[in-house]
Amino acid sequence: MMTAPEPNLIRIDDREIPFVHGETIMDAALAADVYIPHLCHFPGITPQGNCKLCTVEVDGKPLTACTSPAAAGQQIRNNIPELNEARKVLTQMLFIEGNHICPSCEKTGNCALQAMAYHLGMLHQHFPQQFPEREVDASHPTIMLDRIRCILCSLCVRASQEVDGKNVFAIAGRGIHASLIVNTASGKLVDSDLEPSDLAARICPVGAILIKEHGYDAPIGKRIFDQHKISEIGLEKIYIAGAKSDDS
Amino acid sequence: MTHKPKLKLATTSLAGCFGCHMSFLDMDERIVELLEHIEFDRSPFTDIKQLGHCDIGLIEGGVCNAENVHVLRTYRASCRILVAVGACAINGGVPAMRNHFSLQECLEEVYLKSPDMINPHIPNDPELPLLLDKVYPVHEVVKVDYFLPGCPPSADTFYRFLSELIEGKEPQIGKVELRYD
Repeated sequence: MMTAPEPNLIRIDDREIPFVHGETIMDAALAADVYIPHLCHFPGITPQGNCKLCTVEVDGKPLTACTSPAAAGQQIRNNIPELNEARKVLTQMLFIEGNHICPSCEKTGNCALQAMAYHLGMLHQHFPQQFPEREVDASHPTIMLDRIRCILCSLCVRASQEVDGKNVFAIAGRGIHASLIVNTASGKLVDSDLEPSDLAARICPVGAILIKEHGYDAPIGKRIFDQHKISEIGLEKIYIAGAKSDDS
Repeated sequence: MTHKPKLKLATTSLAGCFGCHMSFLDMDERIVELLEHIEFDRSPFTDIKQLGHCDIGLIEGGVCNAENVHVLRTYRASCRILVAVGACAINGGVPAMRNHFSLQECLEEVYLKSPDMINPHIPNDPELPLLLDKVYPVHEVVKVDYFLPGCPPSADTFYRFLSELIEGKEPQIGKVELRYD
């Protein structure tokens, strides 16, 4: 005699959501148009759980939605004041650890960190500004690397390895000393095989990796997050297209 | 029926560009309506030099020199509600981009190394306020009650914020559109 298979359903806040075996909570949520805030997740790229913004409460336990497998019957709390407040604090820490001076950054309006701060209602950075000093790499003719804005999401590292079939970037060091490095003998971007059409050059959610001479193709006021909220599902395609160089 | 006393409003610009003040004026004729309920004290709009006891103080700009610290502390002591207005007041903004360099490097670059200098020297008149080592956000120097983000905050943001205070409501900043640029 066969027993009926347990339905593959999870509950996120007040919604029952189906999932396919092997999917993460994030995969299932995105497929069902349920937004879980995230900065270091990108569909199709192996999740790493770096930014912790997608932390949800699974049966009372805090877990990163992007790395936790969905399992039948999970009761998940996501869009609740406690978690959104914690997400805002994480976002404030990301802001003060780098130099995120939006009015002078060419990524403004296309920046996921900025859009996340809007989404979470961040009015100020609360913590003392670190004003760190980090090396700018302007050696590449068409791509700029300004580490002062890097939030160590590692999307460029993963995109380069998994999608571009290259190995341009890596994260070196730990904790507050962690930094984005270029995998060349000189450590300079010019000696790497990175091209503007590579996903790694276009996936940066902040203004750390920029395609040169295209920063102001779209005027301020007509950029992605001037017209969309970060909570809209499936913005990745526009995001990549928006950052795409004409040369590619 | 007693007339409700007008709220006293003071404003100042520290290490800012006066863009926030210009944006405030962008509320156009609504400022006339606002003046039914508020009265300006010390502000670049009035040119009053002495700060009296105020209900609201709007601070534009970050803190870059000793005079900024003095002015800011005076505003904090005299204003019931102190508001950091704009990107520079909130996180240092564009002036804080000098924080990557030492003060000595900044002074040398501007006053000694700039092209076509006649008699290059670093100004040392005792009347000049001493520069701080870095440009600081306002809330790192005094307690701040509200933050109005934006570069600059829009006239609507100013108008809505002040209207809510006039009505005695808790301002709902950020519940509508937020902008940092």
